[in-house]
Amino acid sequence: MFVARSIAADHKDLIHDVSFDFHGRRMATCSSDQSVKVWDKSESGDWHCTASWKTHSGSVWRVTWAHPEFGQVLASCSFDRTAAVWEEIVGESNDKLRGQSHWVKRTTLVDSRTSVTDVKFAPKHMGLMLATCSADGIVRIYEAPDVMNLSQWSLQHEISCKLSCSCISWNPSSSRAHSPMIAVGSDDSSPNAMAKVQIFEYNENTRKYAKAETLMTVTDPVHDIAFAPNLGRSFHILAIATKDVRIFTLKPVRKELTSSGGPTKFELHIVAQFDNHNSQVWRVSWNITGTVLASSGDDGCVRLWKANYMDNWKCTGILKGNGSPVNGSSQQGNSNPSLGSNIPSLQNSLNGSSAGRKHN
Amino acid sequence: MEELDGEPTVTLIPGVNSKKHQMCFDWGPGEMLVCETSFNKKEKSEMVPSCPFIYIIRKDVDVYSQVLRKLFNESHGIFVGLQRIEEELTGKSRKSQLVRVSKNYRSVIRACMEEMHQVAIAAKDPASGRQFSSQVSILSAMELIWNLCEILFIEVAPAGPLLLHLLDWVRLHVCEVDSLSADVLGSENPSKHESFWNLVTILVLQGRLDEARQMLSKEADTSPASAGMCRIMGELMRTMPILSPGNTQTLTELELKWQHWHEECERYLQDCTFASNPHLESLCKIMLGDEAALLEQKELLSNWYHFLVTRLLYSNPTVKPIDLQYYAQSSLDLFLGGESSPEPLDNILMAAFEFDIHQVIKECSIALSNWWFVAHLTDLLDHCKLLQSHNLYFGSNMREFLLLEYASGLFAHPSLWQLGVDYFDYCPELGRVSLELHIERIPLNTEQKALKVLRICEQRQMTEQVRSICKILAMKAVRNNRLGSALSWSIRAKDAAFATLVSDRFLRDYCERGCFSDLDLIDNLGPAMMLSDRLTFLGKYREFHRVYGEKRFADAASLLLSLMTSQIAPRSFWMTLLTDALPLLEQKQVIFSAEQTYELMQCLEDLTSGRPVHGGPDTQQCQDDDIETTKVEMLRLALARNLARAIVREGSLEGS
Repeated sequence: MFVARSIAADHKDLIHDVSFDFHGRRMATCSSDQSVKVWDKSESGDWHCTASWKTHSGSVWRVTWAHPEFGQVLASCSFDRTAAVWEEIVGESNDKLRGQSHWVKRTTLVDSRTSVTDVKFAPKHMGLMLATCSADGIVRIYEAPDVMNLSQWSLQHEISCKLSCSCISWNPSSSRAHSPMIAVGSDDSSPNAMAKVQIFEYNENTRKYAKAETLMTVTDPVHDIAFAPNLGRSFHILAIATKDVRIFTLKPVRKELTSSGGPTKFELHIVAQFDNHNSQVWRVSWNITGTVLASSGDDGCVRLWKANYMDNWKCTGILKGNGSPVNGSSQQGNSNPSLGSNIPSLQNSLNGSSAGRKHN
Repeated sequence: MEELDGEPTVTLIPGVNSKKHQMCFDWGPGEMLVCETSFNKKEKSEMVPSCPFIYIIRKDVDVYSQVLRKLFNESHGIFVGLQRIEEELTGKSRKSQLVRVSKNYRSVIRACMEEMHQVAIAAKDPASGRQFSSQVSILSAMELIWNLCEILFIEVAPAGPLLLHLLDWVRLHVCEVDSLSADVLGSENPSKHESFWNLVTILVLQGRLDEARQMLSKEADTSPASAGMCRIMGELMRTMPILSPGNTQTLTELELKWQHWHEECERYLQDCTFASNPHLESLCKIMLGDEAALLEQKELLSNWYHFLVTRLLYSNPTVKPIDLQYYAQSSLDLFLGGESSPEPLDNILMAAFEFDIHQVIKECSIALSNWWFVAHLTDLLDHCKLLQSHNLYFGSNMREFLLLEYASGLFAHPSLWQLGVDYFDYCPELGRVSLELHIERIPLNTEQKALKVLRICEQRQMTEQVRSICKILAMKAVRNNRLGSALSWSIRAKDAAFATLVSDRFLRDYCERGCFSDLDLIDNLGPAMMLSDRLTFLGKYREFHRVYGEKRFADAASLLLSLMTSQIAPRSFWMTLLTDALPLLEQKQVIFSAEQTYELMQCLEDLTSGRPVHGGPDTQQCQDDDIETTKVEMLRLALARNLARAIVREGSLEGS
């Protein structure tokens, strides 16, 4: 059972990305109106826009939060070929009273020659690090060595993917058994372009990222990609949004069997493939425990996928709209709680034919 | 379990038009963020850029009901209690203890039902009244199912007692009887009440023969014509052999007696003893277990499982558990009579009669959207060692799967998450890591909450989570310039680097303002001071000020000196320390010994020799340099004077 409450977004153009912060009490939205808005949830559960500012000179494609260990930090990327890092400044007390906060730009990352299509912070155990990918086919990894000085970012790695990149995903696993890993997806539609999903792994010896795997079976443009949070598994799970939803497992092959010093070799298995969206799948994202995958597609729906513990994946929920108007004021959630019954007849069968409903 | 079959639940989001737009989204710890967008960037949207809404989607709103919250809280207590006594559950008492736990759960459900019913009645508008009423129905269904599972799986009632338990079960859940009874008995002339015979019939259907007999005696009193028949019927009712608890007769004996009694009833029927009173005749047929007669009473029976139990009572009271399913299936078929098909509740009960525990759990999971019921029931059944006995390799994992689902749901709630912690604790495989992931996400709005969360993590040696949470709080404090708070969080996080950072800020603040903030904290650092050199310095430096304030100049002097010579003072601070030495140097009495003075001079020289010469036209720079130079000059002078006096004093002392 789900209930939806709505908040008027107030952007002047299409919204491209929405992002919750780590605790789910703040969110950020970015839009073709070149601005980013930050919203805060009050104690009573209402959402208020506490900041709205122009961030780029082109459509802003993605916005993402850094881990709160680094403070209140956002990154955005745009059609204007740049990515930017923003930090919230604790304002004057009158600002606080008005419920406003200020965000200042700490740095602009200008290395890309083309639209920057995705920006993602690395897992926190790697420090304050982020990766961007661009239509020029290059993934760039930046690091801020001093967490207290966010204006200093250095370009640490440039990974050439040879194809226009659309999305990146860091492997969130902090296990010492796994080296840092990043997956890159490409939406390049030219027929020769083969490697639509590439996985790069950091090598401690060479101190560089090297290609570990290419998913050869993914030949259609990839729009989104997401590693699942790892609950102590020895293998990785990767979800891909392409012409369908695909879920792969990557089992590391034992190091002794591969040439030492090279990147890990993986056994790839596809564990699920769903074309319920009927056409392109645009976004995929995992819940915080990595037990449910959500996908969004051309059919205008968001679908939820879950595995039972025989590892059979199934669609367990669909979110969609039929165009009916938002009723009443926004912010009003459904105040009628229920233990819920998927099948209303459960209560009918108890009511049954007349008697039997009243309890004692 | 094999599958959560059934179609995916569709949630409609008002305001979204899936035909025109796609959606972008993001997961939050307890909610999902969804917004209309258009992914095909190449298309220029001709449509007027709408002002779309952002939608917050929340699952399991159920947990927010006040009444249900009590259910969750109390069942949590029972759950934890059950896990804890697991080791003590041995031997014969094990079963009775598990039955007791089951009854506890059920009484909690009933209490919740009661309250919910009161709320439904008191509801201001009909819509919410209906909502609450439907909740009551659902709770009632849950208790019905649980009760049956208790009888069949936990009590494991054998033939004989089985029927008694089932009778109790039916009586508990089909309770129109009592209100009907009150109506009839409360009237002036009960036996003439229009519902009199309905009452008698339903009493017979429920096997409440003593009460039925009393009713008949009233009829006998007021209607002499039927008195004789009533007496005979009453006798039949009185003499029906039943197994009573504590009765020592064997099943065979009972069966024999029952057979005789059954035949006696048959004889009366054949003799047309009751022919003149259709009601009584019907009762006789019922007591003979005549299916047609029973089915005529569909209205009063109201459901097939009542029909089943009555049928068993009057045709096969010593039914064996293993045979239940045949009777159940045929009862269901006969009762529905092909007019309607079984509903989810029917399927669940049927699965129970078939002793197919997995099917029960699976069907319940589908029919109920909240995991509460299946999680707790499965856990209890697991303690009864029932899941292992089913030859499915994921037997024990099902328990954990359901508990994890339930606990995860609790974490979406601002206060119920604390209950979730205990559930995770009792999931040996994935409980710990699930807890780690969930507990990090709890918003730390208040210090109290943060401390609570930290205590939970510390109790479980979740050191990484402790570190991370403290770091988040420390960072927040630093950004809000609450240095004392930042420092204590850094210490708790055992984060030396951050402690150094905060200490530096303290020292910088001191340099700018001439005083310390958060003195209490710094004064009482204790062993935590050792976390980082800078922190140690901060603590010791503050101590210097304190000692100086207490006019213990000699101690202050040695402390100050040791701060410089032990290298824990950052070089940038040396000038400040030396400047602090000035008042001590200019006291009337000599405080620094000659040797100490030499050391101070050494420090000063070290400091000034390392300083680059500032050239350049910058006037401000020059001014700063001037100030610096003046300070250095003053220090040199003061040190020299002190040295002189120290030498003289020491020379004299030695002399005398």
